[in-house]
Amino acid sequence: MADYSSLDIRQRSASTETAPAIRHHEEVAKLIDVSKCIGCKACQAACEEWNDLRDDVGVNVGVYDNPHDLTAKSWTLMRFTEYENPETNNLEWLIRKDGCMHCSEPGCLKACPSPGAIVQYSNGIVDFVEDHCIGCGYCVKGCPFNIPRISKADNKAYKCTLCSDRVAVGQAPACAKACPTGAIMFGTKDAMIEQAHDRVEDLKSRGFDHAGLYDPKGVGGTHVMYVLHHNDKPHLYNGLPDDPKISPLVAFWKGGAKMFGLATMGFAAVAGFFHYVTAGPNEVVPEEEEEAIDLKEGREHRGSGDDRPSA
Amino acid sequence: MNVQVSRRGLLKGIGVGLAGGTLGALGFGDLQPAAAAAVRPFKLAQMRETRNTCPYCSVSCGVILYSLGDRSKNAKSAVMHVEGDPDHPVNRGTLCPKGSSLLDFVRSETRTKYPMYRAPGTAEFKRVSWDFALDRITKLLKEDRDKNFVAKNGDLTVNRWTTTGFLGASATTNETAWLTYKTVRSMGALVFDNQARV
Repeated sequence: MADYSSLDIRQRSASTETAPAIRHHEEVAKLIDVSKCIGCKACQAACEEWNDLRDDVGVNVGVYDNPHDLTAKSWTLMRFTEYENPETNNLEWLIRKDGCMHCSEPGCLKACPSPGAIVQYSNGIVDFVEDHCIGCGYCVKGCPFNIPRISKADNKAYKCTLCSDRVAVGQAPACAKACPTGAIMFGTKDAMIEQAHDRVEDLKSRGFDHAGLYDPKGVGGTHVMYVLHHNDKPHLYNGLPDDPKISPLVAFWKGGAKMFGLATMGFAAVAGFFHYVTAGPNEVVPEEEEEAIDLKEGREHRGSGDDRPSA
Repeated sequence: MNVQVSRRGLLKGIGVGLAGGTLGALGFGDLQPAAAAAVRPFKLAQMRETRNTCPYCSVSCGVILYSLGDRSKNAKSAVMHVEGDPDHPVNRGTLCPKGSSLLDFVRSETRTKYPMYRAPGTAEFKRVSWDFALDRITKLLKEDRDKNFVAKNGDLTVNRWTTTGFLGASATTNETAWLTYKTVRSMGALVFDNQARV
């Protein structure tokens, strides 16, 4: 069935196929302006509604974060931090909308061993294809932002899709559309960077000297970017990584170890082939077979001149 | 039934399997079916759109109700999705968390869909007709007003009625709001509020 999709695939997990490369697609991005967010959670509600998810009713642990953490059914989450700014003595309520950052170089995709379970579209969106997911959890380890969650219901990994189904038909993600304060914007990556620069300039004029755009280079840039008032200290925002990088373990496992393993397998195959060609298979003649049967049944060897060691 | 496999045959089988796996890992396997549709089909493609107003607060955001069926005779409509109306001047497509979860409000089991009546001394609400509800409200209003209406405060004419209140709804147009105000004030009622304070 036609799905009205207009997205090409740029990268696929565990695949060597090359993607169609002649078409140029504009990259999209979501810009989350933390300085404008009031923590109303409209994005969370809109996300669940659009994606037909209803997370379990949780319990209150004394903070506003609800649920406490991302789950297989909650793909986005407001994380609240109370920060006493030593420079100004102000109490700042830093509210960050957490969720998939849609990295240009996605750690989840690099770590995924299942062909086609994680794809990156030409517009930059990184999507999980649950049909191909084997539930191994490597994507969780591979993600520098700790985003994917494995569902207990079907043992498959889930995370924000950046509403790929909406973007594919030219609409903004559900969270971005809902946001009443305009803290979540959506557009081409270029437009979002421009928008961010306007906001950063405004914040700087209001005394936030370190305001800036969070578009970390360690993962090749992201398609979900933040405007932060303290861009020199991203960790203030509930542990947003200062310099996110794909874990070296993933690079070792998917790089060195994989290459070594494949080389060993290839060598074994080549050696086996040449051994077959030069030495040939070890043939068993009918006499040897009979001897073996005799041995098994405890009978004496029939004496003969061409005695061989039993097989 | 036992299948007789010689040791040699077994080893051969394992070897072939290993070799096959190796070839796959080295990239000689079947190319996966080209990028099969990974994107979820857009679920609103042919849904019916109906404009409405969010019932929660007095901001009165415009919403679009997306519903199943094209209103043909045999198709039963049902609201499947609710989203902000981008053409509405109040919210221009945005919604708060309550508005964003209107679908569950529409589908809620406890949503009141028709007049309900709990008679004095009973424990349960019963469904009643609009005629019954309006007649009863009118009768009680009149009884209370006849008993408690204050026409004069000393020599001063005040015409006030303070023992019954009226609660307006948020999703009203200017015209219905004007009518509501005139109706309530013309009876002398002073206790008058809107369900939505922001």
